[in-house]
Order: sequence, then structure tokens, then C-alpha cells
Amino acid sequence: MDKLKNNIIQSDGLKAPVIRIGALQWIRSNLFNGVFNSILTIVTLLLLYKVVPPFIKWAFIDSFWFSTAKECSAGDGACWSIIPANIRFIIFGFYPHELHWRPLLAMIMMVGLILYCKNRDHWKKSLIYIWIAGLIIMGLLMKGGLFGLTSVDSDQWGGLPLTLMLSVFGMVAAYPLGIVLALGRRSKMPAVKTVCIIYIELIRGVPLISLLFMSAILFPLFFPQGVTINKIIRAQAAIIMFTAAYIAEVVRGGLQAITRGQYEAAESLGLNYAQKMRLVILPQALKIVIPPTVGILISAFKDTSLVVIIALYEILKTTRTALADPAWMGFSPEAYIFVALIYFVCCYTMSNYSRRLEKELHS
Amino acid sequence: MISEATKNSIERSSEDKIIEIIDMNKWFGDFHVLVDINLTVYKGERIVICGPSGSGKSTLIRCINRLEEHQKGKIIVDGIELTGNLKNIEKIREEVGMVFQHFNLFPHLTILENLSLGPIWVRKVPKKEAEETAMYYLEKVHIAEQANKYPGQLSGGQQQRVAIARSLCMKPKVMLFDEPTSALDPEMVKEVLDVMINLAKEGMTMIVVSHEMGFAKSVAHRVLFMDFGQIVEENTPHEFFDNPQHDRTKLFLSQILH
Repeated sequence: MDKLKNNIIQSDGLKAPVIRIGALQWIRSNLFNGVFNSILTIVTLLLLYKVVPPFIKWAFIDSFWFSTAKECSAGDGACWSIIPANIRFIIFGFYPHELHWRPLLAMIMMVGLILYCKNRDHWKKSLIYIWIAGLIIMGLLMKGGLFGLTSVDSDQWGGLPLTLMLSVFGMVAAYPLGIVLALGRRSKMPAVKTVCIIYIELIRGVPLISLLFMSAILFPLFFPQGVTINKIIRAQAAIIMFTAAYIAEVVRGGLQAITRGQYEAAESLGLNYAQKMRLVILPQALKIVIPPTVGILISAFKDTSLVVIIALYEILKTTRTALADPAWMGFSPEAYIFVALIYFVCCYTMSNYSRRLEKELHS
Repeated sequence: MISEATKNSIERSSEDKIIEIIDMNKWFGDFHVLVDINLTVYKGERIVICGPSGSGKSTLIRCINRLEEHQKGKIIVDGIELTGNLKNIEKIREEVGMVFQHFNLFPHLTILENLSLGPIWVRKVPKKEAEETAMYYLEKVHIAEQANKYPGQLSGGQQQRVAIARSLCMKPKVMLFDEPTSALDPEMVKEVLDVMINLAKEGMTMIVVSHEMGFAKSVAHRVLFMDFGQIVEENTPHEFFDNPQHDRTKLFLSQILH
């Protein structure tokens, strides 16, 4: 008995052994453990040697940052000058030049609102009113026509504000719509269920491009002559409908992961359907599906670039238009890298935030 | 222990009926789970239901708050007949508390939020008052110090006591227990049974599906034995254990008492 006691006390003092290995040891055991891995390591190193130094030379050493197109053509390096020279067109498209401060202010407001929403302490009812007020002001800034602001036709909207608008509204509207569709698909009412299934399967069965075409060409046919609906709104509707169908299926997966016991416990307390879903089931289900949901939102963000096929000038299209200028021909990689960076920053922020949110909600 | 005298003091007049089940039948597809069930429960009465697994005992009490739907016969709870009427079902569920085998606490809410959720949203009690009530019942089940933890941080026995407190916060007229101790580690069974015995002492109407024979002997007014969807035998605990009438009851008792 005493011995046993001693053993327990002794084992309390023991810790898991710490295994330390040196750099050489690490290289040997991770990069050169066997013939095949050794060959792979050498080939990879060779490739990196061939690619990385020339790229750095091109992008940073021989490059031009604020030159004319002519100087660029003479040199060998990257011509980043294409970006400062065309930045206002790339960002704002055909929006009247002297009014660029308005979309800029609208974008800053939107980014500010989004950053404000990142903090979960701010998730209160008042947030809805803040957003509504923000949207009205942003719309006013973009459109004008009131308070002495010159009216700008929505045909002239383009570039980054358009991309942000299509994606942020797309996500914000598609998310609740997707939840409603997911709940509908699991409904006990046959009519509701059938409608939701048909909607989800139909939308998921066609590419976004065809939806955009339909919104641009087919919808106007259904309206009486003279009635036109703004092209941006039609594209926006198509994006919302498309994204919602995918969100719905992801949310449905989350709903199915919740055990029957949770439904029964909520029901046996006397909660009605709406309370049960809002207070008990959805908070758990939506938390589970944060990673796939963010995946869908990220791809929805990137898919906004498809609106180009109905002649909307989002940021990728304004970039290509800038490249069509004969003076800057041949410097497309630089411009595309710039746009890719903008996309990357947005997507990476989203994915980062989703991971933080998951951690915060983890209980 | 509750004395025989207090146990028998239940008045059985017709106004005191809290649950009335008349010729109730239920099927799962082709499987006839409950056959011609007749049962009347009076206010303050405590009933223990036992029987082999698959005998329909859980299904029976789940029909009382309509987690399961019966297909034939009548169930009347607190004067309201259970039908497809959603409003009536919600009204009955407010008055009937239920404790599950697997606790079913809400994992995303703290213990305090678990307890105050029902009163706030169903009974429309102000938040502060609901939290005070919650703390009162948490103290009663000896777990008040855990109020701000999440269910996942508690042991099984603690979770089940929280689940009982959650039902009590709704101030129910009847409490249903669906095998409340069978998912617990053996050393935690007693703490949950103690809470249930205290509840019994206060005169709560209880229907308990359980194989805890000690609990049945000390607390129940009646013990029901079910097999193949029927109530085979119904008796006082004393008679039930010492002098079972039916062969199937005898066999069952010999199996669980070794």
C-alpha cells in the first residue's frame, strides 16, 4: 500500500520527456530520409533557385514604380507604374472623375461598418439601424441627386465600389435567405418543402453565368414595355439567389448535426417553433457550419467578377479596360497581380475572421 | 424515506386528476408499441414505470407531452385533450416538465441561461426574476456555484441535476423522468436520486421510468410493469416487489434483482 502511494507521488513529479533535435538532425529526418525524398528535395531547391531570384529581380530590383509607359518599355523589370497611372480608372471605372471622393467615402463607410461588426459586443439590435442608415448614406453618395450632389447614373458605377457592393449585399442577403430555405427544406409542410427543394436544386443545377444572362436578357421580357429594372439590381438578385441556394445546403447539414434531444428538450420547455430554432437549434447549427459557410462567401465574393458578361464594369473589367490603352500594352501581369492582391486581402481577411469567430464561439 | 401514511394520503377525487389516458394506442409503422393503455394520475401522485427495454415505457411518457403522437384513444393533461392543436400542445408542455436520459442541456448556453430560457420566452417572466428563480433552483440541487459554466464543463450527475432544475424553473404541475439515471456513472446515481426524493417530499406529481428499485420502494405510490406495449401489472411498491402477481413481472424482477 505504501509502495503504491509512493508511486503515485513519484509519478506526479514526472513530466513528458522533451525531445530536442538540432537543425541538421531536423533536415536529415525531414528532407533527406530516403532516396526518393532526397531527390525531391534537390529538385525542389533547383526549381526555387531558378524561379525566385529572377522574380525578385523583375519585381523589385529592375522595376519601375512611377515612370511613363515609354521608360517602362525600355527597361526589363516590372512596370508597376501602370497602377499609379491608371489607379483611379481601375478603382472607380467610368464614375465622373471629379466626383471620385463620393464612391471613395462610400467604400470607407462600408469597410468601417464591416470592421465595426467584427466585434461581437456590437451585435445588438441597434446595429440593424446603423446599417440601414449607412446604406442610405452610401446609396446617396453613389447616386447623388439630393442635397446638391450631382446625380450619377448607375451605368457609370464600376470598379471596386461595384465589386464590394455586389459581394457585401450578396452575402448579407443570401445568408438569411439560405437559412430560411434550409428550414423550409426540413419543414413538415409538404408544399413549403417542395418549393424549397425545387428552388435549391434548380439554382444549384445551373452555373452563375447562365443566371446572370437570364437576369439580363430573360427577365426584361416578362416586364411590360417601358418598365426596366436597373441592371445592377438584376445582377445583384442573381448573385443573392445563387449564393442562397448553396448556403441553404450547408445550413441544412448543420441542422442535421444537431441531435434530436436538443429539439425535444426545447419542445418540452414549451418553446414554439420560431423560439426553438432561434434560441436553441440555429445558434448551434450555424456555429458548426462556419467553415463551409465562409468558403461559400469567399467564392461568392470572387464570383462577382462574372458580372462582366452582362457588361458591368467591376474591378477586373476596369483593369482589363485600362490595359486596352495602347500605351500600356504588354504590362498586363503587373496589373493582374495588383487586382489579385486586392482579392486576396479581402478573402484572407474573411477566412481569418471566421477562424477567430470559431474560436470565440467555442465553448 | 417517505412514510406509508403520507404516501397514501393522495385524495382521489375526479377534480384531482392531472393526467388521464383512455384506451390509448400507438404504432411505429406496423409495430404496435402501445396497446390499449389506460392510466389515471392524480395530483401529488408518484408513479414508477418499469419493464424490459422496448416495452414502450419511454414512449408512453413521451406521449404525455406529445414528443410522440398517439394514434387512437385520448390523453387529457390538466384538463386539455392532446390533439394536433399546436397551441394546446405548447400549453401542456409548459405545465409538464421532462427530464431525459441524456440530459439534453443546451451546450451553447451557460447553466444560468439554460434555466432561465424557458421562463423568459415561454412564461414571459422578466429576465432578472427568471435568473433569481434559476438561482433558487440551482441552490436546491446543490449546484449554484456552477451557474456561469457551460454544460460541457460539468459531470454527468451535475448535468442531470441542472436538467431537473431547468424543468422546475417552469414551475410545472407534473414532472416526467425518462430513465434519468441510466446514462450516469454509478457513483453519480445517488446525487440525482436524492434530488428526486426531495422533490417527491415536496409533493410534486412525478412519473418516473426507472429501474431504480430502491427509489421506487421509497417514493412511489404505484409501480407499473410494462411489457409488449401493455401495462401488465400495477400495484403499490410493497405488493409489487414482495408479491408480484404476474409471471412476467416475477421473471423481470428476478432478472434485475439477481
